[in-house]
Amino acid sequence: MKKILAGLALATIAITGVASAQDSPFALQIGARKGVMDYRQLQLITLGQMAKGEVEYNAEAAQKAADNVVASAMLDQSMLWPQGSDSDSNIESRAMASIWAEGSDIGAKGKAFAEAAMAMQAAAGVDLASLQAAMGPLGETCVACHKDYRAPAN
Amino acid sequence: MRRILRLFLVVAIVGLGVTYLVVRPRTLPADTLSRLTGDAGRGELVFWAGGCASCHADAKATGDDKLVLKGGQSFPSPFGTFIAPNISNDPIAGIGAWNELDLANAMIRGVSPEGQHYYPVFPYASYAKADLQDVVDLRAFLATLPADPTPSGAHEVGFPFNIRLSLGGWKLLFLKDGWVVDGDLTEEEQRGRYLAEALGHCGECHTPRNALGGMESARWLAGGPVPAGRGNFPNITPAKLDWSKADIVEYLTSGFTPDFDSVGGHMALVVENTARLPEADRAAIAAYLKRVPASE
Repeated sequence: MKKILAGLALATIAITGVASAQDSPFALQIGARKGVMDYRQLQLITLGQMAKGEVEYNAEAAQKAADNVVASAMLDQSMLWPQGSDSDSNIESRAMASIWAEGSDIGAKGKAFAEAAMAMQAAAGVDLASLQAAMGPLGETCVACHKDYRAPAN
Repeated sequence: MRRILRLFLVVAIVGLGVTYLVVRPRTLPADTLSRLTGDAGRGELVFWAGGCASCHADAKATGDDKLVLKGGQSFPSPFGTFIAPNISNDPIAGIGAWNELDLANAMIRGVSPEGQHYYPVFPYASYAKADLQDVVDLRAFLATLPADPTPSGAHEVGFPFNIRLSLGGWKLLFLKDGWVVDGDLTEEEQRGRYLAEALGHCGECHTPRNALGGMESARWLAGGPVPAGRGNFPNITPAKLDWSKADIVEYLTSGFTPDFDSVGGHMALVVENTARLPEADRAAIAAYLKRVPASE
């Protein structure tokens, strides 16, 4: 009985060991990246619902959300995108390997997003029409990156 | 013994002959389009509704470069990797020398001017339902686009899928007449059905395929795994897509989902097309999606 228990314990450790070896070595980085994306999405919900007329326009709330988008664009993300943390090697990531490949224009796309975010920052608190006008160009920069560099969802 | 052998040979030859008659490429009658005249202006709408540029232009093309249909995008599948050909206006590298009937045979019958079957990665299983007037209009529009001399790449397809005649059998099995979503549809829903089932070829990705690569029409638009890749094409039947009609129109216009995620991947190319359609057409697609049978 003791032997069986010991064997069971060993087997459990072995299985757990295998399981943690399968976890991505970049779990933290990938999780943080997704967190940044979620944070931006929350701000865009605030802005977008006003733009669509689903929520009444509120200059202060719109300004706050736009400021937050800019703040997220200004984050230093250099440590979040290590080589090898792509969707080919990490099941939890949807970031395509082409981000890191030669010819990648991820930097330019990031810059375009930051610029569109600043345009939104200048517009969101002015009035609803200004917010609505800034929404399209900001969305285009989301699409531009997701089109080229985001793998399909599982 | 010799008689048996002779009989066997006769049966084999007749069998092969019959098989050939069944699987040979079938073209449209030569006078199919004789009463039709193409209109390039209307053809532009067919071009965007049909999504030609999404596969035949460079994947990263934007603006006017989307009209340079030089081919080159690759499409991996369980049957091999297909390379989109040059369909620009170049008479040698592209299809500049095609007449209207050549384009109609390609889209409606899946047959090249040389009389070969096309691989169904070219979505003729959907385009077969296109109006001939739309095909003729599209031909007129394509003739206005730039010529590009880039030669088409060869498909990377192994045996037995490199025998194109076998595609005749595939067509017999999987080319179906008639609409998938049938019944009493409003005019708007019918327009949406035409855009979704024929020109827009939504089912080519969003409908799961069987082992031979045919669309499983019983699970129309119910999604499925990306062939030879990771991830899934989403289920866009009412079983999973619970967006309002306005939400769908917004997505096909700006690419924003109702919770302000954005479209991505190849679907972003699709939205670049739908965004150019009249709003009434996007609304028609949304109305149609609401009528598709729910499928888990």
